[in-house]
Amino acid sequence: MAEEKDFTQPQPEGEEGQRPNEARRNFLKQSSILTAFALTPGVAVKAADLKFEEKVAAAFEKVNVTLEINGKKRKLSVEPRTTVLDLLREQLHLTGTKKGCDYGQCGACTVHVDGQRVLSCLSLAVMQDGKKITTIEGLADGDKLHPMQEAFIKHDGFQCGYCTPGQIMSAVACVREGHADSDDEIREFMSGNICRCGAYPNIVNAIKEVKNGGQKV
Amino acid sequence: MDRVDGRLKVTGAAKYSAEYELPNMAYGVLVGSTITKGRIKSIDTKAAERAPGVIAVLHYQNAPKVPGYIQAAHPTEPKPVGQPHRVFYDDKVYFNDQPIAIVVADTLERARYAARLVKAQYEEDKHATDFLKHQSKAILPTHAQRNPKHYLNDYVKGKEDAYKGEPLKVEGEYVIPTEFHNPIELQAIVAHWEADNRLTVYDKTQAVIGTQNAFAKEWNIPVENVKVIATFVGGAFGNGLHTWPHETAAIIAAKKVNRPVKVMLTREQMFTMVGYRPFAWQKMGMSATKDGKITAITHEAIGQTSSYEEFTESVLQQTRMMYTSPNITTRYRILPLDVSTPIWMRGPGEATGAFALESAMDEMAYVLKMDPLEFRIKNHTDRDPERNLPWSTKFLTEAMQMGAEKIGWKNRKLEPGTLRNGEWLVGYGMGVGTFGSHRNRASARAVLRADGTVLIQSATTDIGPGTGTAMVQIAADAMGMDPSKITFELGSSLFPPAPSQGGSATVASVGSAVQAACNSLKKKLATMASGNAESSFKGAKYEDLAFKDGQVSLSSAPNTKLSFTDILKQQRLPELEATEESKPDNPERNKYSMYSFSVHFAEVQVHPLTGQVRVTKMVSCADAGKIVNKKTAGNQMIGGAVGGIGMALTEGAVIDDRFGRYVTKDFADYHVPVHADSPNIEVAFVDKPDFIGNPLGTKGIGEIATIGVAPAIANAIFNATGKRIRELPITPDKLI
Repeated sequence: MAEEKDFTQPQPEGEEGQRPNEARRNFLKQSSILTAFALTPGVAVKAADLKFEEKVAAAFEKVNVTLEINGKKRKLSVEPRTTVLDLLREQLHLTGTKKGCDYGQCGACTVHVDGQRVLSCLSLAVMQDGKKITTIEGLADGDKLHPMQEAFIKHDGFQCGYCTPGQIMSAVACVREGHADSDDEIREFMSGNICRCGAYPNIVNAIKEVKNGGQKV
Repeated sequence: MDRVDGRLKVTGAAKYSAEYELPNMAYGVLVGSTITKGRIKSIDTKAAERAPGVIAVLHYQNAPKVPGYIQAAHPTEPKPVGQPHRVFYDDKVYFNDQPIAIVVADTLERARYAARLVKAQYEEDKHATDFLKHQSKAILPTHAQRNPKHYLNDYVKGKEDAYKGEPLKVEGEYVIPTEFHNPIELQAIVAHWEADNRLTVYDKTQAVIGTQNAFAKEWNIPVENVKVIATFVGGAFGNGLHTWPHETAAIIAAKKVNRPVKVMLTREQMFTMVGYRPFAWQKMGMSATKDGKITAITHEAIGQTSSYEEFTESVLQQTRMMYTSPNITTRYRILPLDVSTPIWMRGPGEATGAFALESAMDEMAYVLKMDPLEFRIKNHTDRDPERNLPWSTKFLTEAMQMGAEKIGWKNRKLEPGTLRNGEWLVGYGMGVGTFGSHRNRASARAVLRADGTVLIQSATTDIGPGTGTAMVQIAADAMGMDPSKITFELGSSLFPPAPSQGGSATVASVGSAVQAACNSLKKKLATMASGNAESSFKGAKYEDLAFKDGQVSLSSAPNTKLSFTDILKQQRLPELEATEESKPDNPERNKYSMYSFSVHFAEVQVHPLTGQVRVTKMVSCADAGKIVNKKTAGNQMIGGAVGGIGMALTEGAVIDDRFGRYVTKDFADYHVPVHADSPNIEVAFVDKPDFIGNPLGTKGIGEIATIGVAPAIANAIFNATGKRIRELPITPDKLI
């Protein structure tokens, strides 16, 4: 609604500039209102008619988290049901991380959380409080591409480019994990990342080159 | 040369359609029907409307009317055969998960939640989704019924069904299940009414101009008031060649809420709302002489379509033109079912047809105790037997020899099941593919700028083959400039018109236009240089000039040079522009038959106890004319082979006919090939130009990369096991 505050935007610490404990008190207050609603549906319906429900729910829905994304600390207020993927794409405008299925089946949404490859579509943002997230946008060192990014370009490890960020994030982790010792091992440990264009052999070549090149990944 | 957009793609900076952020944007989530056929009795939207953040819930009763839905076709236009599904038009349900409502909310989470609260009551009719059960209801497509000369009519050369009376023959039925394109990018659109009659869409499409025209017609607004942006397309494989209900739903919603609306389909919706390769039944009959000359082929095919739109594709072309045979019969039918409309999927029609034809070739060769490679070469034809014309170019035999060498065809045993690697049975197979070498009208704009760079624009798209890269190379060659000085922009309806990216025709069509625009720019530069009274180029003709390294020089005196930028300076011009349209108007074209050709070789291992199939090696060779960029073209061939592995071994929709609903609706159930399914794939090109087709000498690659792959694998499995599987995908249960 036009007169509403835009809750899709990242919020500063605490709602409306409140300190966290104040926000927490408000949260408790609001959640007890909701409990009351649950016990007295008539009131809830009336509140809904008066458009209270939306405002109350909106406040109730938000939780504060602090995430370090690509080296930058971000204090955010998110709904508990928001995935890391949707947080990145829809609220933080980091659209390099891709949505391909929302079920953890395609790998396009792969990011690193505390150095481990993780499917961001299956991870709730509120559960990452205090963690370090690296997305494809944070892989290069300024203008200098990460060796895996260079190798993907050199070996043409993509076509349409949509699965590519996920492939690269997985590929970096695959090498770091020590799972890139043979073509077959790479294929096995990269099989969670689907490339429908079918650039698989080129991706394997790119990973091999980085692995054998001995650069720091 | 590396891809020009490689850096954008590996850094996450490439922007796909769902990634445009517009101020005040809202999110739309579609609600699908839970029945397959019938009508909506009522829709209860109250709970959804009350849910937090919901702005609107739209359905057929309250959605703004789409003027194009009711507008009668112009009397001069041919009467359409069926029509695309009109979203929110009325209460009718034609297929399961048909969009019946859209929920618009201020965040994605809220829209998604509220969409689950919409409940509809239906009056259900009996549906038909079981292809094989309803097969007898197949019909000749209306186009063919209306026009006896239409290519979809029955075709008889020589004697009809002549194989039946022959002593040496094979006969078999083949089934291909419904297959889904499943690009990794989900279909998405951001629809934005910039004014009452001015629409901008950021849309996943293979055709920006086609989409622009479709929406202009739908909303009854001038074409120039519709802007379509598709700068990056995350794969499509054909499903961006049609406008789909979700696109119009987003536009309707944006109109109603007066805000930009983004709709991104879910993976499940990718199985019901954006087309598929249709289920097909085929029957092949073939006969040959003892020494291996084909005497007759009969090829019948029935493809699935929807109840509201007739979808047809060319399944039988390869059978009509690939091999010499005095008798050829083909029959094509379609079967309308209560499903959504199919759409061309990579190697449309021909990939289906080639599975039957190239399997039958293998079966026939086996009956004759002949090497299938030798059998194909024996029936090679130097003219198109269907049209009785010479080929513009055909180097298929060369491609076969290259491939046979690389796969190690000499290791193949004639007798199946006789080659082993440990406990695994080993087999080799091959399959041939072909697709028309097409070219369409296209245009491009070239601008030479004061800094010596050239910008080229055309309203084509790049769904992955590397169109931008090829165009930069074509322009660099034409201009005599380093590719780093050239930028190619695509994917906007503001650019000069170009056809859809489909039918393997982009380089031939758009590439020719880019070359023409560059040539036009050079002519302008030549005129300026030679028109300057003080210049040493005075009076020089265009033909006397050479263009190299961003400079014009006299062919007779290469040291007499003038840079492009100096010409602009002399003329006091900030830039110089040339726009050209290029079309296939070379009369020579009518004297030839033009096709691309491919041949695929597969080495497989089959585990006799578990039925597991491993494709251990593939070699794909193509006669695709001149290759502009071996790296991207090679990658496209690899991708086609991987797609063919999916078609052969893993991909197939399963529909629960009791409900008319797909059981396979995500990647856990519908198996596209993953890294572990994909072996080393070697690619070889004949790389000989075909200048009949276009001035660049190219032929298409995208389709032939996958046509013929599935039969190559099926034939290799036969060679390994002696089991002939005529129903795809060849899953382990069929081999044990």
